[in-house]
Amino acid sequence: MNKRWLLALIILSSIVFLILYSNKFILAGQPAIESKEIIRVATTTSTYDSGLLQTLIPVFEDLYPEQVKVDVISVGTGQALALGRDGNADLLIVHARSLEDQFMEQGFGEKAYDLMSNQFVLVGPPSDPAQLSDAKSIADAFQRIAFTESVFISRGDESGTHVKELSLWELSNIKDLNKPWYLSIGQGMGATLQMASEKEAYTLADQATYLTSPYNLVVHYQGDLELLNPYGLILVQDSLQREWAERLINFMLGEEGQALIGSYGIDQYGQPLFIPQAKIR
Amino acid sequence: MDISLFSTLLEAKQDIFAIISLSFIVSSMAIFIGLIIGLPLGVGIGIFSFPGRRLCVALIYTMMGFPTVLIGLIVYMVLSRHGWLGELNLLFTPEAMIIAQSMLTTPIIMGLTFSAVYAKSQYIHDTTVSLGATRWQLMYTVLREARKGIWVGVATAFGRAISEVGAVILVGGNIVGSTRVLTTAIILETRKGHFDIALLLGFVLLLISFTVQLFFMFGMMDVFRSKGK
Repeated sequence: MNKRWLLALIILSSIVFLILYSNKFILAGQPAIESKEIIRVATTTSTYDSGLLQTLIPVFEDLYPEQVKVDVISVGTGQALALGRDGNADLLIVHARSLEDQFMEQGFGEKAYDLMSNQFVLVGPPSDPAQLSDAKSIADAFQRIAFTESVFISRGDESGTHVKELSLWELSNIKDLNKPWYLSIGQGMGATLQMASEKEAYTLADQATYLTSPYNLVVHYQGDLELLNPYGLILVQDSLQREWAERLINFMLGEEGQALIGSYGIDQYGQPLFIPQAKIR
Repeated sequence: MDISLFSTLLEAKQDIFAIISLSFIVSSMAIFIGLIIGLPLGVGIGIFSFPGRRLCVALIYTMMGFPTVLIGLIVYMVLSRHGWLGELNLLFTPEAMIIAQSMLTTPIIMGLTFSAVYAKSQYIHDTTVSLGATRWQLMYTVLREARKGIWVGVATAFGRAISEVGAVILVGGNIVGSTRVLTTAIILETRKGHFDIALLLGFVLLLISFTVQLFFMFGMMDVFRSKGK
């Protein structure tokens, strides 16, 4: 190899490179999207990982071929709300009602709706060290975990799940969680379930993530009213895509969207992961 | 690995190709920018003495070790709707990821270029100036002599850029089809518990990184220079 060869190689690579770069959208599997409107939806990691939106959104996009693209960003609940506050997302799909109400009160949301719901489940190792099989209520279950000092993994990240979990400890009258058996890890539902599986510990999970996760955990308690997990849909006040965002909202709350939500998961998991529940707040 | 893994991969073939090419493009552009900014500055600071030079060097080395997730946070805040560069609408685009990765590569290239040049500069300076060289000729000579260290800088910067995940997921959003790269895809699959897919993606990342580093190694070992120089 000599200098001229290298120079030719560099020039050739640069040309190829610039072509690739300017056509990066083609490489990404879709034509250049400058002409399409983009709607940004911020949602929680658990909602995203359930796969529901990946099913729902293409149906919506097909209603308006070549006109709109929906970008879904999955982050923690707090971050999703922050994206809404900063105006970096058009729609929010989260499940932390108290935080959502706060968001609306502070004027960051234009409109809020109930979208769907499912439930939280208390999962743990098959061996069930805390003897939850004859627990009478969720409060009873939480108390048994505390009294037997069984390891419990907490999301610890101010997510919808975490907020619910803390309210349940309060309901059970357990005040002091600063204990060696209570592990607050500040991570997503997947990571939390993974740790619970590894450490043979208990945790509170949303049903969708639990069903779609491959870990060695069983449901030890479910069904109480307190374990209801409602999902909210919020139109961000600051949104620059109000018209399109409202079309997406109407789709998700409409007959077709709600039917898709209600049937999602039946094939793969034997039961739907969400219950459609459209309502304006 | 079982058959179902491969069939899943074949279905995702289009996605995987997009993810791989985006990883490569984003990191390559970051290296390109890092060279444009970092190379001249690194050489200049390495050769020329000026007041505050030691402070500059200390700053460069600090930036080299700066926590990358913090860089991501800063870029997010700048590109956010109400941030300084909000009107550019760059958040959650590949361009934002390139910006974030450039902030990683530039200090590395600058620092390692400086280091390579500084080691040679005194010797070169004495030799060339005594032979009547101009400033530009001096810089060119130093660049040639320090080239191996510079290749090391580029190789290091590329390795850093292509393996970055925190900053990239923060400013890019890991959006399927537009801002998902290998590292953010690995995080997603890991989070979902699909460890086999995550490992496979990791292997692909390693393969790409290795191939590119091989090219840089040839540079380091003067494979690109004509014989007899």
